Amino acid sequence: MYLLIIAILIPFIATALIPLIHNRIGSLHIGWLVLLVPTALFIIFALQIPAISVGEVLNQTANWIPSLGINFTVYLDGLSLILALLITGMGSLVVLYSIYYLSPSDSFPHFYAYLLLFMGAMLGVVLSDNLLVLYVFWELTSISSFLLIAFWYHRKNSRYGAQKSLLITVFGGLGMLAGFMMLHSMTGTFSIREIIAVIGQYTDHALFYPAMFLVLLGAFTKSAQFPFHIWLPDAMEAPTPVSAYLHSATMVKAGLYLVARFTPIFAGNASWFWTITIVGLITLFWGAFCAVRQTDLKALLAYSTISQLGLIMSLLGLGSAAMYFGDGEQGALYGLAIFAALFHLVNHSTFKGALFMAVGIIDHQVGTRDIRRLGGLMAFLPITFTFAVIGSFSMAGLPFFNGFLSKEMFFTATVNAAGLPAFGVSAWGVLIPVIAWIASVFTFVYCMILVFRTFFGSSQLKKLDKQPVEPSIGMLISPAILCILIIGLFFAPNLLGDYLLRPALNGVIPGISGAAPQISAWHGFNTELFMTLGIVIVGTLLFLTFRSWFKIYRLQPADWTFTVLYNSFLKDLKRVANWITTHYMTGHLPAYFAYIFIFFIATAGGALLITGALSVDLMADSPISIYEGMLVAVMAVAAVSILFAKSRLTAILLNGVLGFSIAIFFVLFRAPDLALTQLVIETVTTTLFLLCFNFLPEWKKEDSPKRTKIRNALIAIGGGVTVTLIGLTVNSGELFESISGYFEDSYELAGGENIVNAILGDFRAFDTMLESLVLFIAGLGVYTLIRLKVGKGSGKDEHQ
Amino acid sequence: MNINDVILKTVSKAVVLIILTFGIYLFFSGHNEPGGGFIGGLVIASAFVLMFLSYDSETVSGALPIDFKKLSALGVLLAMISGIAPMFFGGAFLSQSFGYFDLPIFGKTELATVTVFEGGIALTVVGVVVNIILSISEDE
Amino acid sequence: MESLIIILVGVLTTVAIYLVLSKNIVRVILGTAILSHAVHLLILSMGGLKLGAVPLLGEEAETYVDALPQALILTAIVISFAVTAFILVLAYRAHQELGTDNLSAMRGSDDE
Repeated sequence: MYLLIIAILIPFIATALIPLIHNRIGSLHIGWLVLLVPTALFIIFALQIPAISVGEVLNQTANWIPSLGINFTVYLDGLSLILALLITGMGSLVVLYSIYYLSPSDSFPHFYAYLLLFMGAMLGVVLSDNLLVLYVFWELTSISSFLLIAFWYHRKNSRYGAQKSLLITVFGGLGMLAGFMMLHSMTGTFSIREIIAVIGQYTDHALFYPAMFLVLLGAFTKSAQFPFHIWLPDAMEAPTPVSAYLHSATMVKAGLYLVARFTPIFAGNASWFWTITIVGLITLFWGAFCAVRQTDLKALLAYSTISQLGLIMSLLGLGSAAMYFGDGEQGALYGLAIFAALFHLVNHSTFKGALFMAVGIIDHQVGTRDIRRLGGLMAFLPITFTFAVIGSFSMAGLPFFNGFLSKEMFFTATVNAAGLPAFGVSAWGVLIPVIAWIASVFTFVYCMILVFRTFFGSSQLKKLDKQPVEPSIGMLISPAILCILIIGLFFAPNLLGDYLLRPALNGVIPGISGAAPQISAWHGFNTELFMTLGIVIVGTLLFLTFRSWFKIYRLQPADWTFTVLYNSFLKDLKRVANWITTHYMTGHLPAYFAYIFIFFIATAGGALLITGALSVDLMADSPISIYEGMLVAVMAVAAVSILFAKSRLTAILLNGVLGFSIAIFFVLFRAPDLALTQLVIETVTTTLFLLCFNFLPEWKKEDSPKRTKIRNALIAIGGGVTVTLIGLTVNSGELFESISGYFEDSYELAGGENIVNAILGDFRAFDTMLESLVLFIAGLGVYTLIRLKVGKGSGKDEHQ
Repeated sequence: MNINDVILKTVSKAVVLIILTFGIYLFFSGHNEPGGGFIGGLVIASAFVLMFLSYDSETVSGALPIDFKKLSALGVLLAMISGIAPMFFGGAFLSQSFGYFDLPIFGKTELATVTVFEGGIALTVVGVVVNIILSISEDE
Repeated sequence: MESLIIILVGVLTTVAIYLVLSKNIVRVILGTAILSHAVHLLILSMGGLKLGAVPLLGEEAETYVDALPQALILTAIVISFAVTAFILVLAYRAHQELGTDNLSAMRGSDDE
């Protein structure tokens, strides 16, 4: 029934179980147990392929907060299924790999708990139909990513990278939330499918474009698009399995998923087309360009991931033109870009996963990832070398690897887009394939750097910490599987195309799947093939002459980067925040109380005056009898006398007078329960005060300067007057009908004749229960304060 | 021993009994008359407090082996259980039910689950109030 | 009657706020206790005073006074007791540890 909901919950349950079991499994590596989770989930999702591939969708709902329209609705179509399979499939491989990668000194329970937390959250993102549920899972992926980047939290760089990624992705996430809220206020629903159904009426709405850009902000930050890409290279401080999983295969694809998922809502206009295409192309170029200059293999892969994400993003932008043209032939032509995007999304996960794992092996076996210290490793790590070659050549878009197919489709899409008869493309359209081509040349160059600098040339064994040997077989299984996929997908791409990509395409642009072509490697001598040939020739030349043109990287001044901007912004933010805080947080409690009361007087009293609500009407008042008037006078006098009490005992007794007078008022005002309670409580409170006076010194006369006293008196009188005026205003009119009549049926509804008691025990029992909890916590607090006395010496150590 | 102490102790013996009875009466009458868990609990607590004030705490603790911290925790637990229990019968959290039964001695009597809930509240109140007063008075 | 009680509430609030703003911790606690008295009276008077019989159905009266404010106040009384007890103990423990009952002197200990 709730198979999908359970599938999302399983990783979370497993997360909770890890701390409980990790001590009880003896010498067994906990990773083996964890491995069961993604593998089982992968099988569950794989079993859905036959149904999804013929166009069915699964849809399951569990009510969560139905009154607010927030339901836990999960929705599985082709698009979600591809990502779910990636999440669980890559998850299995990464867990397997990590078993051999992690060193025994690492905390396995933490690592796997975070990893499973991420897995569940990511499944939640791709399966949720409800925007708010999606948002919650979205932020949960950011948090688990934060935890995983900071896994080696004793390293300063890890903490810096973790904070950076969290700040940037959560900033985007909050923007996205605002976009979701706008969508809700336009359409009145949080369900993505319902929004898709009705969005047509709202394209002229004032909130349509703000909502679009805010949602894109979330997608761009998450998918490390220019200029938000700066967090991804720093995220490489995470253990390599995490980089392979979160920061190349899954989490950074969440932004792409979001764009694809929202294509039916926002696409079909020029803003969507241009924003995504331009951002994607800039990211594609900038990522590839920066990757070439990197000397750390993981940093190189990080920039190449940024670049590849930009590639997919730009494809999603180009493909959105299909929404403009609708079903016809032209729609199919541009819809191809989306198809290419989905295809490349899968391919990227395979080759980038394999590359990360290969680099992880180098790091693990050699002790460094610095290209300048590596070289000639082919002889020592032949298997790893094979993985690296397969992964790199696929990434470079060379034949016999799956990257070639999707790269060719990418070129087709850019060439098509150059002639797009809409969105004002005509004049500038030719730039699209040109930029794509230049970026691909750089892609080729860094792929070659990765392979040739690491594995060829003279080896520098003396500079290495360890003698390189191939790792144990377990570490090789996962990259081997990915390499088989890379080659297998080249020879049988249509298996993937028919069963997964086509239904997924249908999820992005409804009703277009029939138009998607069969994928084939050979199209004859066309533009795309010549583009690839050009890349190989120019790329090889550039690689060989690398030293002579390397200087262009020095053209960018060192302090003109977005990271510098981010750092200085963060520094200024801290400084300003610190300045503000030290100015109002004086550590002086009376000052804080003064803020609270002044704020209260200004807002509540001010609102009363500005809105003109102030009114006094004594007509509805009940009559005053003599002894009631006397009681009021007694209380007023007692209250004012407290201010002038010389000793605290007098003050407490006067307070007692107040309490008991109120009890009498409760009797007069027909509230016997209150009167009883007040009498007992007043007695106990007075006892308490007297008991505590044992431990406190007699109070002294206030020695504050006169100015302070006058200020306090003014605030006090202001507060008193405000409360009085509000009370009188409320008393003089009835804005709403009283709901109290309902409770007078307490005998029928709750079987009690005491209405007050029925309210406490039945109608509003939740209040009462929480109240008893408050009481209990206060009791615990008192007990702890008294019994647990920390010695003076030990208190100081904590702060060092 | 001070003569005032003798008077206090003698009187409090009698008074405690009366207060306790009154508290229990208030607790049970709360459904239809003034009273209920809070008031009943408070009155019972004040009886205990009087005992602790007139005798020293060792004597009372010896005669009354109750851990008031645990009592208050038990009270919260009872209140929560009485809230969760209806969920197993398809009701909402904390929904109360009542019925009328013919019992041998009492005749037609109303039995309501709210009494269990109120009992939890009363135990919490007793536990917390006595615990607070005891903690303070025992502090060195 | 309601207006008179509301004015009394205003007086109590003024006294309470003045006490809360003082530097002596016992005065502050006393202030919060008086503030809760004021609030209880305010809530009660908002429901209208003496408009009917005691809210016990056994009275079989035509009208009953509003029971809802009473239930709210009952909760409030108990909670304010708990809070008062807690801050009282906090105050005297603070005095034991820091040797002062003056809030100005308690500010800004260096180890924070």
